[in-house]
Amino acid sequence: MTDTVLSVSFAGPHVSVQDAGRPGLMRYGVPRSGPMDRRSFAAANLALGNPAGAPGIEVSMGGLVLQCLSGAVGFAVAGGGFIVEHAGDRRGSWHAATLRAGEHLTIRPGPWGSWCYLAFAGRLQAPQWLGSASTHAISGLGGGRLAAGTRLVIADAAPHPAREVEFPCPVAARPRRELRVTLGPQQRFFSSRAVAAFLTGEWRMTDAWDRMGVRLAGPQIAPHAALDMPSGPITRGSVQVAGDGVATVLLADHQTTGGYPRIATVLDCDLDGFVQLRPRDPVRFRPVSARQAVALARTAAIAAPAAWLR
Amino acid sequence: MGPGRSFPVFSPVAEHSILVEFGDRIAPDIHARVLQLDRALAAAPFDGFIESVPAYAAILIHFDPLTCDHRTAESAARQLIGQPAPPAVPAPAPREVLVCYDDELAPDLAAVARAAGLSPEAVINAHLAGRYEVFMYGFAPGYAYLAGVPGAIHMPRKPAAVRGVAAGSVLIAGPQCLVSTLTMPTGWWVIGRSPSRILTGDPGRPFLFDVGDRVRFRRIDRAGFEAAT
Repeated sequence: MTDTVLSVSFAGPHVSVQDAGRPGLMRYGVPRSGPMDRRSFAAANLALGNPAGAPGIEVSMGGLVLQCLSGAVGFAVAGGGFIVEHAGDRRGSWHAATLRAGEHLTIRPGPWGSWCYLAFAGRLQAPQWLGSASTHAISGLGGGRLAAGTRLVIADAAPHPAREVEFPCPVAARPRRELRVTLGPQQRFFSSRAVAAFLTGEWRMTDAWDRMGVRLAGPQIAPHAALDMPSGPITRGSVQVAGDGVATVLLADHQTTGGYPRIATVLDCDLDGFVQLRPRDPVRFRPVSARQAVALARTAAIAAPAAWLR
Repeated sequence: MGPGRSFPVFSPVAEHSILVEFGDRIAPDIHARVLQLDRALAAAPFDGFIESVPAYAAILIHFDPLTCDHRTAESAARQLIGQPAPPAVPAPAPREVLVCYDDELAPDLAAVARAAGLSPEAVINAHLAGRYEVFMYGFAPGYAYLAGVPGAIHMPRKPAAVRGVAAGSVLIAGPQCLVSTLTMPTGWWVIGRSPSRILTGDPGRPFLFDVGDRVRFRRIDRAGFEAAT
């Protein structure tokens, strides 16, 4: 086993190193970060026998082109329906192969999905911040964004012929157009008509997205203008509505507190599928009770890599 | 909400959290109740507890939905709220933050002085006289919201954010003050620059403050700032 060195020939925006994230620091203004679609990321690692949260690369719709400068390394690609070109082959996401010196690997958007993950059979060397290599987008702290010229070193890299297989995309990794939510916690800032419009209306994803959140287009659901609230805690999945009635769903790199009321919170177990939607895709919200939310999370956990959820 | 609303209010947040609200405004007595519950949770976490996120008037309690649920978390929180206060421990000494008010590093000092009807030096003295407390973190890593800006220099936010405000800027808006950690847009007023790092880079103590800490500012001159940067 030896090091394998890769060079980034091209990386679109929002392509970065991620791992299991840095939980437990929200009280210091630090969100967990980690992959937008945690299930697909875990699948790429598990396909190689890695721990589910080992550092890997998150590829956006901007795409990624790598060249292997030296060595050889097994890799796995999972997440979305991306197109993977490698050594004369053109395949979809959800397979594993070996990348050898002189070869190129191209990952670009295909028929569906917004995020795709690349894991290596070896240890991707990446700077850590607060115990994690996950890149926090607005600060750039952690493993970092990839750009043309970035070198990636994989320590203890090995070809992995036994694992050069295609593995089917799990049903749970498909895009999710119906999001289960608990209402509130600041539902009181909205008229009953606004809450009804939120729950019955058809929403669409917009182009205003990044790792912090995505803005939705849909019915006007402006909060009562006269009310003011002190900034309060926000989670991944919070649906925050600004004074102009625009709804935003907060995601992996969310701010930890905010002053806009949250009309609802998307169940965490629905977020991995949600982020695979693309701009202009339709999406709806369905309310569930707290008790139903827990039951749904436990059901989803059965279908997910257990190691990831701990 | 109307006057009939009685606190604390417990709300479920997705499958993994509850929010406990102690009020709907920024006030020391409300924040004290947030801190009391936050400390009680740290001292006696219930099974499945993951983390708590204290803010001005509310605290988020995050738990593992595979081993815990909202009802269990709520009853644990109610029990901790009802506990008698633990024996008083001596408050730790205030954390010291250095600040340089040099014109070049304090682009809004003159405007604040004009708005407050004070000289720039009087604004500086008012800022230094404040007794600050960390009410919460938010917005971005290490953004600690300090309450305690003296009333004489309370300023509304600017109508529009200014881009590219340097990391380390000492900002004020209303009763709040903060020392930024990233170069970001802000609508707050820049009255100085600090070489003190809130994100310390020290793995043993990565953040300069804990929520609830008291903070004092100490003035340094430009040479002191350059030496400390």
